[in-house]
Amino acid sequence: MSEEVTAEILTTHILDLASSGKRLDGRGPDDYRPTVVEPGFVATADGSALARIGDTVVVGGIKLEPGKPFPDTPNAGVLTTNAELVPLSSPTFEPGPPQPGAIEVSRVVDRAIRAAETIDLTRLCVTPGEKTWVCYVDLHVIDHGGNLIDTALLAALGALTHATVPAKRFGIAEADYPLEILHYPVECTFVRLGDSIVVDPTFDEERAAQGRLTVATDEAGRVVAMQKGLVGAFSPDDVRTVVDRAFRHGDRLRALARGGGG
Amino acid sequence: MGNVGAKDVPVLLSPEGLRIDGRRVDELRPIKIQAGALKHADGSAFVEWGANKVMAAVYGPREVHPRHLQQNTKAVIQCKYNMAAFSVDERKRPGLDRRSQEISKVIAEALESVVFVEEFPRTSIDVYIEVLQANAGTRCAGIVAASVALADAGIPMVDLLPAVAVGKAGGALVLDLKKEEDNFGEADLPMALVPQSGRLVLLQMEGHMTPAELSQALDMGVAGCRQIYERMKAALRERYAVEPAAEGSA
Repeated sequence: MSEEVTAEILTTHILDLASSGKRLDGRGPDDYRPTVVEPGFVATADGSALARIGDTVVVGGIKLEPGKPFPDTPNAGVLTTNAELVPLSSPTFEPGPPQPGAIEVSRVVDRAIRAAETIDLTRLCVTPGEKTWVCYVDLHVIDHGGNLIDTALLAALGALTHATVPAKRFGIAEADYPLEILHYPVECTFVRLGDSIVVDPTFDEERAAQGRLTVATDEAGRVVAMQKGLVGAFSPDDVRTVVDRAFRHGDRLRALARGGGG
Repeated sequence: MGNVGAKDVPVLLSPEGLRIDGRRVDELRPIKIQAGALKHADGSAFVEWGANKVMAAVYGPREVHPRHLQQNTKAVIQCKYNMAAFSVDERKRPGLDRRSQEISKVIAEALESVVFVEEFPRTSIDVYIEVLQANAGTRCAGIVAASVALADAGIPMVDLLPAVAVGKAGGALVLDLKKEEDNFGEADLPMALVPQSGRLVLLQMEGHMTPAELSQALDMGVAGCRQIYERMKAALRERYAVEPAAEGSA
């Protein structure tokens, strides 16, 4: 039986279950899969973390290098976020230039980090207009079990939280120092399955979904980014409910990324 | 938002509550929509919205290229949002950057939410959006243009798709951001509405808002979309108005 046909049958099954308030793996609509953040996963990075939500795994690594600021922001450092959906993570990924899905993950994660002012970019500046730290946030999806965005931001935040600025190595200061984190954004992703809206979708639930909505919140009670994706629609009241639900998950996820335990 | 460390932040809201271009907080920029602006496309539309100029063309349903994207149960919607090099102050390097690819993806998904794609299996509906002059809100102008172009191409849809951004500038919620408000404001929330169902098929947000502000912004955006909806319908009526029969013609 072809992959297409099994996917079709599974989709119907997932939607049938959703109509009676159930999910394939027995979770309730507001349950995350087991979530773990392991900081310091990669010794060669200036900061790193492995984040796991269910069987989705993302490794995030930070590298800080001296570079030039952008001409229009001479006093600010540079932050770049890049997500790679490497072929080993899923039978559906192929090598080649980044696909729109990977670009969307990068950009939605980048937007949350930037809008929340996670790091004060002006503090990364060494000499205005000439020299600044460039902070690379690289995210490798190594196992794709759905909900890449939430997992990727957890990996990114876990890595940033434990990052060190390698000032000594580049001869910029006498000693290395920890990267200062001002805010802690996390993203919560929901999908519509028929009339219900469930958090933390699996790969198969994403394939069955009739719309996806991601909400990024920070510890100060602000909404800092949102992204609706996939084919489907949400009413303004759906959005309000999803925002409330995202706040209810936020603090627990933040604590995980900061290394505060489960 | 986009200008960390930049100086010379302009005054975005006057003490009288007027914006940088004199608009009230809930006022749209002037918008002009022309349905059927191109000769060779199956459907097209030109949108001039504030200082934005955006052209959209629709081709199809037609054969799928590349072939492996073909779907046996529905049409695929392939959208390319592209900004001309000369559309912004500092020349933009031509070609698809990551921003354009993300916008293309979310617009295609929004359009697919309203087009009856299952009517045209094994075909592609290609939507091209060219931003010729940009002044914030180009993705919304692009959706409006694309949606009118789809209607102009005679492609069956649930509804037209009006779109607008709500933002926060100078501490207040404002409808339909212009460039300065986007660059120096505190938040940007673009959305596209299906007027018949009252549901949103595109929604993005960057910046910071409290949940209460966000809730109010959604209402403002929906109201703005409903105004734009009327303009879109008017543009299509104008394009397809039945002319009084001229002499000698049947």
